[in-house]
Amino acid sequence: MLDLVWLIPALPLAGFLLILLFGRILGEPRAGILATLMTASSFLVVVGVYFDLLSRTAEERHHVVTLFSWLPVGSLQVDMALLADPLSITMALFVTGIGSLIHLYAIGYMHGDPKFSKFFLYLNLFVFSMLMLVLGENLLVTFLGWEGVGACSYFLISFWHTRDSAATAGKKAFVTNRVGDWGMMVAMFLAFSSVGTLSYAGINAAADGGKLAAVTATGIAMMLFVGACGKSAQLPLYIWLPDAMEGPTPVSALIHAATMVTSGVFLLTRMAPVLHASYPWAGDVIATVGALTALFAATIAVAQTDIKKVLAYSTVSQLGFMFLAIGSGAYVAAIFHMVTHAFFKALLFLGSGSVIHGMHHEQDMRKMGALRKLMPITGFTFIIGWLAIAGIPPFAGFWSKDEVLLYAFANNRLLWLIGVITALLTAYYMTRQVIMVFFGEARWNDHAEENGAHGDHTPHESPWTMVTPLVILAGLSIVGGAMQLPFSKSTHFLEHWLEPVVHHSEVSISGTWAYSNKWLLLVVAIIIAVAGVVASIAVYAKGKFKAIEPKILADAWRYDSAVSAIVGGPGRAAFGGVAAFDAKIVDGAVNGIGTEVRAASGLLRKVQSGLVRSYAFVIGLGAVVLLAWFLLRGIL
Amino acid sequence: MHASFPILSALVLLPILGAILVTVISNKHLEYVKLIAMLFSVGVGGMSIWLLASFHSHDSGFQFVSQHDWVSSWGISWHLGVDGVSLFLVVLTGILFPLVILGVDPHHDHKRYLAWLLLLEAGVMGSFLSLDLFLFFIFFEIVLVPMYFLIGGWVYDKRVYAATKFFLYTMLGSAFMLVGIIATAVIARRDIGYLTFDLVTLAEQASFATNTGRWLFVSFAIAFAVKVPIFPLHTWLPDAHTQAPTGGSVILAGVLLKMGTYGFLRFGLYLFPEAAVWAKPVLLTLAVIGIIYGAIAATMQTDLKRLVAYSSVAHLGFIVLGIFAITSQSLTGSVMQMVNHGISTGALFLLVGMIYERRHTREIAELRGIQSVAPIFSAAFMIVMLSSIGVPGLNGFAGEFLILIGSFQSARWWTIVAATGVILAALYLLWAYQRVFHGEPDEANSSFAEITLREGALLMVFIGLIGFTGLYPKPMLERIEPSVDKLMEHVVSHSDYKAPTTPELKTPEVTTPESTKVEGH
Amino acid sequence: MSVMFSLAEPTSTWYLVLSAVLFGIGTIGVMVRRNPLIMFMCIELMLNAVNLSFVALSSQIANIDGQVVVFFVLVVAAAEVVVGLGIIVSIMRRRTTLTVDDMSGLKG
Repeated sequence: MLDLVWLIPALPLAGFLLILLFGRILGEPRAGILATLMTASSFLVVVGVYFDLLSRTAEERHHVVTLFSWLPVGSLQVDMALLADPLSITMALFVTGIGSLIHLYAIGYMHGDPKFSKFFLYLNLFVFSMLMLVLGENLLVTFLGWEGVGACSYFLISFWHTRDSAATAGKKAFVTNRVGDWGMMVAMFLAFSSVGTLSYAGINAAADGGKLAAVTATGIAMMLFVGACGKSAQLPLYIWLPDAMEGPTPVSALIHAATMVTSGVFLLTRMAPVLHASYPWAGDVIATVGALTALFAATIAVAQTDIKKVLAYSTVSQLGFMFLAIGSGAYVAAIFHMVTHAFFKALLFLGSGSVIHGMHHEQDMRKMGALRKLMPITGFTFIIGWLAIAGIPPFAGFWSKDEVLLYAFANNRLLWLIGVITALLTAYYMTRQVIMVFFGEARWNDHAEENGAHGDHTPHESPWTMVTPLVILAGLSIVGGAMQLPFSKSTHFLEHWLEPVVHHSEVSISGTWAYSNKWLLLVVAIIIAVAGVVASIAVYAKGKFKAIEPKILADAWRYDSAVSAIVGGPGRAAFGGVAAFDAKIVDGAVNGIGTEVRAASGLLRKVQSGLVRSYAFVIGLGAVVLLAWFLLRGIL
Repeated sequence: MHASFPILSALVLLPILGAILVTVISNKHLEYVKLIAMLFSVGVGGMSIWLLASFHSHDSGFQFVSQHDWVSSWGISWHLGVDGVSLFLVVLTGILFPLVILGVDPHHDHKRYLAWLLLLEAGVMGSFLSLDLFLFFIFFEIVLVPMYFLIGGWVYDKRVYAATKFFLYTMLGSAFMLVGIIATAVIARRDIGYLTFDLVTLAEQASFATNTGRWLFVSFAIAFAVKVPIFPLHTWLPDAHTQAPTGGSVILAGVLLKMGTYGFLRFGLYLFPEAAVWAKPVLLTLAVIGIIYGAIAATMQTDLKRLVAYSSVAHLGFIVLGIFAITSQSLTGSVMQMVNHGISTGALFLLVGMIYERRHTREIAELRGIQSVAPIFSAAFMIVMLSSIGVPGLNGFAGEFLILIGSFQSARWWTIVAATGVILAALYLLWAYQRVFHGEPDEANSSFAEITLREGALLMVFIGLIGFTGLYPKPMLERIEPSVDKLMEHVVSHSDYKAPTTPELKTPEVTTPESTKVEGH
Repeated sequence: MSVMFSLAEPTSTWYLVLSAVLFGIGTIGVMVRRNPLIMFMCIELMLNAVNLSFVALSSQIANIDGQVVVFFVLVVAAAEVVVGLGIIVSIMRRRTTLTVDDMSGLKG
């Protein structure tokens, strides 16, 4: 089965090609069913590969399938090759698994859209790219997937391209990601020039074996982190993610919650040995940026009124947690949180999509309320997702968040504190969202007439294609924590599974105070989560305190608008200056030469007066001069 | 390696014959005119593909050489040869011209248009194949006349200004080169013993004093710098590209500009290695400036065609960067990118031409929402645009990446700055795409016709090449690399340049790496 | 009476002086006169002055080449007169009062 690893990305690619050729003929819903089947079969292959890997011993869980030689030039020999090892298969499992669920969901969500087939075309292409990203055997194949998901993200965000806001959001996403891609490219250049290969095996072996100088390793790691900041929406490059909510909700769930945005975390984990070989401050930089981003985004989420924007900022915040873990050397915790986050964030996004669908495309939470009765399954599953993200045991999010905080504490107490405050805020704003949407008074009636209601405007539950994935994801959010339980060494399933990949680089905290007192920290985490929930209930449900939603938070600290102002104002002026410089000065010089030549010839023209007598005079004068010269030459 | 059929001479002379025939046939038989032009160009194209197929991919020397004395008292010979550096440029020329002749309609004066195009093809072919300095100069200059008439005789309003500027500017550059050519031959006579303009003899046997070599290099470099074009000698390009008819722009961007970069490789690096190494920092800097500057200027253009023209300045900057970084990967990437740029920017100009056919405007402000009305056309544009941006899997990335990773080894900081060009490329192209294709179409744009079968077939060739070269560039790289390595050796042995080496690759000590090769290549 | 007529033999110098004088008159005539016909006649004068000096010098150094040149000059002068007079006469047909200064149509 392991030799069939190439089938994993090939199936979605085949789906893409089939829909490209026959999409119009297939139409709705067959195109969607085809796409879902392709992704689901890919998932089955991944499961098969997973079991195949399990049957091997831990040291042998590393299988490379080379498809062909891609860029062979001199010492650079890059193959189109796929690597099946614990990390890549873990990623592939949830990419294809959650991907299939979201494909199914999208069949219901995109019902009636004239570009139904095109949506699935892009979705399958996206899954293909993401799989190339995680299954790549070397940095360049990953980069192929990296840019591929960026391009698909562009297509899908601007899917409803007649809307200017969607088109702009797509462009912004791509360009901002490109800034990160620059960083990743520089990292690749550094890796090649110092190690001589782009393959993970080669680079990581060099880093582990001490052949990579700390300076170089730090350079590579930092540049990779720049790339990760772009793709995984960390400060200062996160600005594209909230705008990306312009895309249809399945897109937000798949790309901007579960898969694409986790690429940065994956990349750093894959290159963990390099990070391990860097100067210690490299990890600190990553952890600090992650923690600050987490806090920053959480504060903004408190004041958002759009149901998807809350989740978007929440994603940025949770990604910050993952980078906090990576910076603290806790790769397993990062992956753990990534997986659980994929479950509950996809659930939350799909749930919000169900709400939007049921509310006839209303996204403002202030116009919702009391939907629990009308959309019971959506409400129930959303509540499970809420409990998971808030960090209430025994749901999945609690275990992973606790793991991250544990390692953060062992690394740097201040960052741990920031993480704790963020966890508090997370519980707070998510509770706020749940209350505003599902509980309280129904506020959608008041606005029904404003929106030009036609027919029955009562919100309704969504069809089975949309509800089934919600239920499955809810189940995963409940039990997902089981993969890494802190009770004893033997329950650390994920850690054992990922050990071949990260064992050299994973920090060991067994001797620290944090480890010995991890139960205390666990209790602290529970208290924080409950406190956040209680506070939010007090404010939004019971109305005991006034809601604190200052405008500056709603405006996202005006960071994004500042960036837009700089780009649109002085940025554009500077660019315009360059263009004008080219047209007036550089080109002016060229035209100036032409003008000067013309002026000079205008002057010279005057010699040709047309008067024969002056010509004769000049001839005579010339003759005299010549004669004089010949005569005097002899004398002087 | 001598072949019995002088294919290279045929490649050069057949278009001339075609041009003469086209001129001679009267305007009344327009179908015959078109038929003849088509036959000749397709014939040349077929021959170039045959050349590609019979090229020996691991041979680094010149193949299919054709050498005859011409003016023997001055040492000028008819010396043609092809190697890994020029092979794909010849093939690109061979296939680009028939595509343009078949696919693009000039609307009036067909006879003159086709005659000029065929003469242009002869000139370009000759430039890429000549191994004699004088012969090269002749072909280099022959290219100017048809291009002048093509720019100045069709379509747009400021064409005469653009044509004149193009002609005078390029000719001024080549005037310097003529002096350089003659000086080279004369000075080399001391070392060789007799006067010769033969490139291989001069490069292998002549050695110039340091200063002399540098001056000679500069004289050649000025001509090529105008042709490429390198900042700040680039301002003829936007005007020439914008005012030329679609077919002219495609050829201009596709092959003409490459004559400059090819010249740098074949004559700059090969003849004057020491001087090239000396001039390296300056040219690298100018290349990087071109990349950034061209991209910034492109962002602010209001004319769609002018935007693509400035993007050419940026892309050619990458190629020059790769040439003067002088490493195996960067040189191979440059040669490859010359071809890639020709295909993708050629396709872009075709697409812009199609937009002009329908809407009679090139102004971005007057175009809107085309994707709603013509989705297939938009998809084609998107694919070509992504190639230009440099998305992996398409051809633009392969060349660009090779250039950058190669240049990083010998010109680290230049490469880091140049790599930011990828951000800018996305910026200007996506912004233009958004303004033209996204949004709601207004009344004038709602009648934008979808792509026709003929246009689609034409574009499919380009898109097919874009995809294939991006995913499987290995056959192309295999043929380019030996000649590039030979050139590098020549540079290293004739100057004190040390080629950077990457560390020895050790087998990774990872747990039993098991590799499976999937059946294929 | 023979005392008074002790004139010197005309040496070639005399011819050369005469030639120079004629040349000078011709040059000044070309530069000063405005009537095209007169200017032409002065040019003829210059040409014949040169002929005279060629003959004188040729007889002085007893080399026939000078006299051969005279033939060349005569032929050229004749051809030139034909062409030049033809042009001038056809221009003068317009207005006989035209001077050379008015015929400046070839100015740049």
